[in-house]
Amino acid sequence: MLKDITIGQYYPVDSIIHRLDPRIKILSTFVYILSLFIVKDFTAYLYPVIFLAGVVMLSKVPPSYMLRGLKPLFLIIILTFSINIFLTKGEVIYQLGPLDVTKEGLHQAIFMGLRLILLIVGTSLLTLATSPIQLTDGIEKILDPFKKIGVPAHELAMMMTIALRFIPTLLEETDKIMKAQMARGADFESGNILNRAKSLVPLLVPLFISAFRRAEELAMAMEARCYRGGENRTRMKELSFHTRDFIASVVTMLMIGAILIDRFI
Amino acid sequence: MSILIENLTHIYNQNTPFETTALNNVNVEIGKGEFIGLIGHTGSGKSTLIQHLNGLLKPSSGKISINGFDITKKGVALKEIRQRVGLVFQYPEHQLFEETVYKDVAFGPTNLGLTEEEIDKRVKESIELVGLSFKDVKDRSPFELSGGQKRRVAIAGVVAMKPEVLILDEPTAGLDPKSRDEVLSQIKILHDKYKITIILVSHSMEDIARLVDKIFVMDHGNLVLTGVPKEVFSKSEYLESLGLGVPQITNLMKKLKKSGKDIKEDIFTVEDATQEILKLIRGK
Repeated sequence: MLKDITIGQYYPVDSIIHRLDPRIKILSTFVYILSLFIVKDFTAYLYPVIFLAGVVMLSKVPPSYMLRGLKPLFLIIILTFSINIFLTKGEVIYQLGPLDVTKEGLHQAIFMGLRLILLIVGTSLLTLATSPIQLTDGIEKILDPFKKIGVPAHELAMMMTIALRFIPTLLEETDKIMKAQMARGADFESGNILNRAKSLVPLLVPLFISAFRRAEELAMAMEARCYRGGENRTRMKELSFHTRDFIASVVTMLMIGAILIDRFI
Repeated sequence: MSILIENLTHIYNQNTPFETTALNNVNVEIGKGEFIGLIGHTGSGKSTLIQHLNGLLKPSSGKISINGFDITKKGVALKEIRQRVGLVFQYPEHQLFEETVYKDVAFGPTNLGLTEEEIDKRVKESIELVGLSFKDVKDRSPFELSGGQKRRVAIAGVVAMKPEVLILDEPTAGLDPKSRDEVLSQIKILHDKYKITIILVSHSMEDIARLVDKIFVMDHGNLVLTGVPKEVFSKSEYLESLGLGVPQITNLMKKLKKSGKDIKEDIFTVEDATQEILKLIRGK
């Protein structure tokens, strides 16, 4: 179950998308999300779909791998889909017991479902093709101008790095404790909701304890190596723009430009 | 026959770029009441192997049966397996969670659905068995005990399930010498007195040499060597090529032999070495 979660996971291959500057990737993803919300009819979906398909192809991440990331979110997609299909008023085309399926509802449901899927696949592509370190470096750089108004850009980036760094560790820890308790006959998979919630106690208590222990150890280890925040800190790898980054920005701009023209003109 | 493993293969993350073969066609036979030592460098597949033995991992292919009971069959009751095979993980104290030692040790037996009296009896028994005083520790929080005591409470939690096979993954890692000796001697008692089949994973060749009847050596997911300590430790060069070794006392005896002393080389415990060296001195 735990290994199905691909959101936030990095897929280590060498591709042009992987090599892009993280700032461009973050901003492009942002523009892409924006574009999904500007789109108002099916034909205009063509632009973000083509854009996404192109990026997926260039990224060398197998599409099947990406779709697997959708699995845990399947429930949310189904929920959105059903709410829209049954609760939108309009011309009734099919009756399912007390529920009416309307033409508008069907349209709306497919539209929203598609938006959600595109949103998830697009954003997970960002983390699949960008290593966590690069990602936080990018965020730190993007937030740089806001330092003047007191945004602690470096500290935020460092917190994110650490949080991302510990996701796999905590998953592994969860897996280990789960197994240890299962070896003692604990059952996490059956029973009603109340029993299941109760059965999580033997998992959560040790997990919290170990998370606190790890946090303390990490803080100590950082102190021991004289860590003291962002002031005057230099970095080993400076970010720099290349031709490919300009091309990527232009392509992104063309995509959202096309959508804007389609919608407003 | 207590445990029979046939053609066991396990592949992690099959069909992803992280795919790794952790176990490659492993065949093992373990007799009832045997004391087995499992050695191998980190990442050799030991942990993967032992997790198969109580159904925590499902094999990619192959079969495992415990006392004639096939545990890899579809639809096998996992509770049944876990009652038969107790597994003590590395740093088992990290799994403690209850308010009191009593409740924590009772967790396993309670999950087995035993009667209150039986649970009470087993908790008492197993806490005493691991060398703690039931009266002193039962109402204390497991988190305020010392490292060695925590470890023993965690082991008691598994022992209380009365398994036919007990597997311990480096039960002495990170303990001070005194706690280590105590934990090991209690494991020995479990084996000698209660006739439990024991599989001990350890990096200490001394402990292995002192305790076990038979050694299994693993390397890169393969079972490369099995035999009684005498056979296995006689291949010291091979063991060293696997990143393992022989007990230090054996190395000493080898050096003595090399320097021309008339002494036996196949000695693996300090006690035997003492006898042998005394014999040499007295013989002169």
